[in-house]
Amino acid sequence: MRGCQQKAVTAMASVSNAPTHPDQTQPRVALVGNPNTGKSTLFNALAGMKVRTGNYPGVTIEKKLGTCELGDQEIELVDLPGTYSLAPRSPDELVAVEVLTDNVAAHGGVKLIVCVVNALLLQRNLFLVSQLLELGKPVVVALNMIDVAESRGIQINVERLSERLGVPVVATSAAKRTGITELKKTIADQLDSDTNEHERCRILPSEFYSAVATFRETLNSTSTKTGASESKISDLPDDYLLERMLLDRGGEPETRVIAQYGDSARVALTEIREQLAAELGDPIDIECNARYAWAREKLSAVFTNESHPSSPVTDRLDAILTHRVAGLVCFVITMFLIFQTIYTFAGWPMDLIDAASSWMSDSICAVMAPGMLRSLITDGIIAGVGGVLIFLPQIALLFLFLALLEDCGYMSRAAFLVDRIMTTFGLSGKSFLPMMSSFACAVPGVMASRVIENRRDRFATIMVAPLMSCSARLPVYLLLIAAFIPETSYIGGWLSLPAIVLMSMYMVGVVVAIPVAWVLKKTILRGEVAPFVLELPEYKVPSLAVVLSRVWDAGKAFVIRAGTLIFAASILIWFAGYLPGDHSKQYQLQTQIEQLDQSSEAAELLVVELNNESSKLLENSMLGRTGHFIEPVVRPLGWDWKIGVGALASFPAREVIIATLGTIYSLGGDAQEEGLVGALQASTYDDGTPVYSVPVALSVMVFFALCAQCVSTLLVIRRETNSWFWPILSFSYMTILAYIGAWLTYVVGSRFL
Amino acid sequence: MDLLRLILIKENLLETTLDQLRPGQQANIVRISGADGIASRLREMGFVPGELVKFVRPAPLGDPLKCFVHGSRIAVRCGEARRVYVKPVG
Repeated sequence: MRGCQQKAVTAMASVSNAPTHPDQTQPRVALVGNPNTGKSTLFNALAGMKVRTGNYPGVTIEKKLGTCELGDQEIELVDLPGTYSLAPRSPDELVAVEVLTDNVAAHGGVKLIVCVVNALLLQRNLFLVSQLLELGKPVVVALNMIDVAESRGIQINVERLSERLGVPVVATSAAKRTGITELKKTIADQLDSDTNEHERCRILPSEFYSAVATFRETLNSTSTKTGASESKISDLPDDYLLERMLLDRGGEPETRVIAQYGDSARVALTEIREQLAAELGDPIDIECNARYAWAREKLSAVFTNESHPSSPVTDRLDAILTHRVAGLVCFVITMFLIFQTIYTFAGWPMDLIDAASSWMSDSICAVMAPGMLRSLITDGIIAGVGGVLIFLPQIALLFLFLALLEDCGYMSRAAFLVDRIMTTFGLSGKSFLPMMSSFACAVPGVMASRVIENRRDRFATIMVAPLMSCSARLPVYLLLIAAFIPETSYIGGWLSLPAIVLMSMYMVGVVVAIPVAWVLKKTILRGEVAPFVLELPEYKVPSLAVVLSRVWDAGKAFVIRAGTLIFAASILIWFAGYLPGDHSKQYQLQTQIEQLDQSSEAAELLVVELNNESSKLLENSMLGRTGHFIEPVVRPLGWDWKIGVGALASFPAREVIIATLGTIYSLGGDAQEEGLVGALQASTYDDGTPVYSVPVALSVMVFFALCAQCVSTLLVIRRETNSWFWPILSFSYMTILAYIGAWLTYVVGSRFL
Repeated sequence: MDLLRLILIKENLLETTLDQLRPGQQANIVRISGADGIASRLREMGFVPGELVKFVRPAPLGDPLKCFVHGSRIAVRCGEARRVYVKPVG
């Protein structure tokens, strides 16, 4: 048995390790660009589906790696998050810059930078290009969306542009797959040429560079004076970061260098900035003026049409989709349709997975005699992992819609429409998408919060997203409503009491999320209101490759991450419910029943006996003893030990409660829900009073609505926030709220119902 | 004083801020106040002195505002728009 478990664990380990070891010998090429330049589409066109995603160590920046074949050699492509500039304002953004400047040896160093620019917004995109040229690395410019530009009558002289910029420029259309071969060839040529050290472009005024040199001297002398070792001097930030220090007030390079050199560096920095301001004006203006002037100069006589022709299609669509009334109506309809589709279309693949797991379980029962191993495989592994995999269709569909909405350009409009409402609660328009996703499952919801750049807004969103009633809570609601809420209807059958209760359960999470977000933003996530400057890109037909790869990534991550975890949790719960105890009588009964005709009277008698035996074993198992131990804690909620142990067992994954209650009520793990409904209604205390009443059922539901019973979510929060603090906070506040909420529901409910 | 100011704005003689424009109105960007991250983000996204900006329409609840600047559509909250000083044209 142990061997079997070990094998399974190593198999899992090899699955999760395989994609994270890149071949170090391949040259690395980074893909950089503004958001909405078609960078992802270009990445897909270059790397195909061979894409690995992960995080850079220590930060929440997504690392997307792909392999691209260039004739006889292979290169590794690194897709960096879309950015408007290389001015790092957070540790996360600094990582992206460090990847490009090659300050971190562990990242392998980037040999070449491909900058993707939007041919429609060339001048603004050259801002970033000018910063990249200052890094002293070979750069190739991919002039993307050239087909759209040409269709609007913009003719760009690519050769002249390339000459002016001093780097190769390749006109591409990632969406139409044109220019890709030429881009690959250009990258290969650049990699083959020997000149790895490029001259750093100097775009800012010469006074600025001499100020940087002075500042470097000051830092140097400071570190010598304070007796710093030789190594510290060589630790001096490189030219690019020093320049950024002077330019970005309160930026990350400034924070880091001041932390390293102390107050003397701060004084020197202020002095040099004041001096610069006297000579040239404010550093922020120096950079902006110099770069835009540079861009204008490079682009003169490169265009045939220098005005900005706007897209009439986008303007017309926006007139409706961002309209005061029509915009909101379209928004509500879109959201409704997405959820309706997810629930409707996910149904049949879910049934299929369900059927497959019960078929597997049945086949194993047919070939194996009852025993510990069989119980582990069927009750533990198949029931546990199958129970989670069943949500895969919903997750895939949800991500399909999210990717479609995002790639066509609607997502930023949704953020635009709801921003005002979300700011009232201390969130932002960009929080809407993650919160909405969390109604299906908090795991993709938390992952979707990556779109929020501001750390405080992102963390507040991650903290409240798990309060949205996810699809795993639905079975719990349905079971208890079916058992205890009478089928009363109002307004001539238009409204039924069960539907109202179900809707209220969904509202509980939303209503609680508002004050929670508000309190978080007033306490540990306090700070200035984050800026909201969001580009609303032109509408376009979504790229199939991008959408499908997004769905594939999400599905794979869900299966691997949640799968390994649920796998382990199922085994643990099974052990706790199985040990200690002598199961020989149980197996004997099972064998006897399987040999008999299932419908015979003798078999039915044996089934009753088996259920009693199973129940007794469970009560004496670790799980049962724990249940009795925690009973005093759950008494105030109106619960008995069985509900208590069910809730406890479902902390790894809330849907476990159904299986646990089923087992507890002597029906075995694969209980029919109607049977469980009956068992719940019939269950009594020793003195004959029923365990469940309407207040008890409501209290259980409220507990499940608010509690953080999902290890996958907590682990995803850990991964996305890169700290244990946030998952622990999330777990604690939700559990406390759930307990208080359930207690209030029971106390108030008992008085009025 | 207020009346004079209003007349001056109406006659395009006085600068105002981006959030004060009428939907559909165009203006020249004069300057952007502040020297923090937001100020440079606005500049990177095309809010550059001398550039023409058009206030397209506000969101359903009045905030944020949709603008057209430097060839692209940008949504900014009123708070950010107040930092963009403009001189209306036309």
